[in-house]
Amino acid sequence: MENETIISLRDIVVDFDGEQVLRHINLDIRNHEFVTLLGPSGCGKTTTLRIIGGFITPNSGDVFFDGKKINSLPPYKREVNTVFQKYALFPNLNVFENIAFGLRLKKIPDKEIKERVFEMLDLVSMRGYERRDVNSLSGGQQQRVAIARALVNKPQVLLLDEPLGALDLKLRKEMQIELKKIQRETKITFIYVTHDQEEALTMSDTVVVMRAGEIQQIGTPIDIYNEPINAFVADFIGESNILDGVMIKDYVAEFAGRRFDCEDFNFKENEPVDVVIRPEDIKISAPEDGQITGTVESVIFKGVHYEIVVADKEGYRWKVHTTLYEEPGREVGLSVIPYDIHIMHKMPEAENK
Amino acid sequence: MMKSRYPAFPYILFMTIFIVVPLLIVVYFAFTTSDGSFTLQNIIRVKNYIPVTIKSLYLSLIATVICLLLGYPFAYIMARKTSNIRKTMFMLIMLPMWMNFLLRTYAWMTILEDNGLINKLLALIGIGPVHMINTQGTVVLGMVYDYLPFMIVPLYTVLMKMDYSLIQAAQDLGGNPFQVFTKVILPLSLPGISTGITMVFIPCVSTFVISKMLGGGTELLIGDLIEMQFTGNTYNQNLGSAMALVLMVIILICMGVMNQFDSDEEKEGSVVI
Repeated sequence: MENETIISLRDIVVDFDGEQVLRHINLDIRNHEFVTLLGPSGCGKTTTLRIIGGFITPNSGDVFFDGKKINSLPPYKREVNTVFQKYALFPNLNVFENIAFGLRLKKIPDKEIKERVFEMLDLVSMRGYERRDVNSLSGGQQQRVAIARALVNKPQVLLLDEPLGALDLKLRKEMQIELKKIQRETKITFIYVTHDQEEALTMSDTVVVMRAGEIQQIGTPIDIYNEPINAFVADFIGESNILDGVMIKDYVAEFAGRRFDCEDFNFKENEPVDVVIRPEDIKISAPEDGQITGTVESVIFKGVHYEIVVADKEGYRWKVHTTLYEEPGREVGLSVIPYDIHIMHKMPEAENK
Repeated sequence: MMKSRYPAFPYILFMTIFIVVPLLIVVYFAFTTSDGSFTLQNIIRVKNYIPVTIKSLYLSLIATVICLLLGYPFAYIMARKTSNIRKTMFMLIMLPMWMNFLLRTYAWMTILEDNGLINKLLALIGIGPVHMINTQGTVVLGMVYDYLPFMIVPLYTVLMKMDYSLIQAAQDLGGNPFQVFTKVILPLSLPGISTGITMVFIPCVSTFVISKMLGGGTELLIGDLIEMQFTGNTYNQNLGSAMALVLMVIILICMGVMNQFDSDEEKEGSVVI
């Protein structure tokens, strides 16, 4: 039951005015999961969501819901509900009637509507606001109403289109935790669209990283962060040093003017590769103890850590995160253990622009 | 609005001279005899015109309903088109209005006459002649034709501004096309409907050109009778003023009743009378 697939996208292609927005997307979403579609704007994540919601019909490819093909099923016949980016609350209805909207359409008896709406108001901590005009609510409250309005219909799948985008940072963090809590309690499959990698890592069971209409990587937040499949994913998820390198042979890579031991294999001999090293994985030491030497260019205090930029002799600027302060202008050594060196195939040139 | 009254002064002056003063003059004439002494006779005499007034209100109501039924789908379709098509459609409904009002109504006369364009065409295929002109039907046709744009424009404005995600939200929550329309689109376009009705109904009630030209002498409306009191050989401007005043009060009551149904009169696109 846990691993049952609820939604499958098969070879989905969408183009708008001749421009391919989605290129052959294949995606399986498992029941009861919190899945995030993550990527920069224009990567096709919202389009993917709208295909599941039924607002866009793909030019080719199939959409399956619970094993049934639903390509041309209109939105109102689908067992999914959406939380829209700008909430889209009905301005002519109060909080209660907004939440009750879907139930009223289904001609559910008044008594049950009342029960279910109040249950939702409790779930999103909005009890007592039921008579309020939606226009008088703050952004965070409107968001809660929008979530309640979608969830009250007990959909199998809830689609969320950057729902926290308009909220301030603190409120956003609170809502992230709350959304995750709601998802755990209701066990409804959440498909969440965002461009905020931190949001994706915080909430998701599975992250789908997208770029230019293609899926780059699908995995748990930990996999995506620790084992990014290519330089794009590495760069998009967290900060990275990305260097051009050459894979000399299995377990040996050359970059930044010297050879390093690493844990990667199965590359062609002397294959050009991308080398990704996370800023927090680099240790600063005395020059003679480092694998590379360089000069501290700048130091920025970031709160938890310093972000130190070190220029090496080749001219590459290394980004290093450390809790220890270094004086700008000082000569330092940098080292990184083989486990933290991530070697990736170069992305095809065509995509690389 | 309360912050500075100063810039409003010219407008207040304008409104006083051109709206309030003329109204007071109408009130003065309505309650005086031709030699200037106070009387209620004029107002009492207006009761002779009750049937004509009812007919005017009735025909205007029909014309307004037809305008609404024709204008709403048109405005809805227009609001959903791409900007170029929208501009063209907008142009096309505004274009006839660039032509003189009298000319347009004359054109209908020559089309609808017993030996007019339509009957000539019908004769070619061996039908007719069909008598059309000088009936209530042609008067309503003239009203609809002349005032339809005043219905479309406010409806279009409201439908244009409507957030499309609201419609999608309604679909998403299980609303079929009919439910989406009745539960979301229609309630949200009420301000436009009320403005459109106001802007069509009022000029229809007081029109005299359309009824004179397309109704001949037989389908006179209250507007024609008021006009006669000022220009015709029945010349009696005191009675004319009284009729105008009573008509104004009736329209005011009609609009008041309508605004009761439209609780959102503060919203954009609506006219508060």
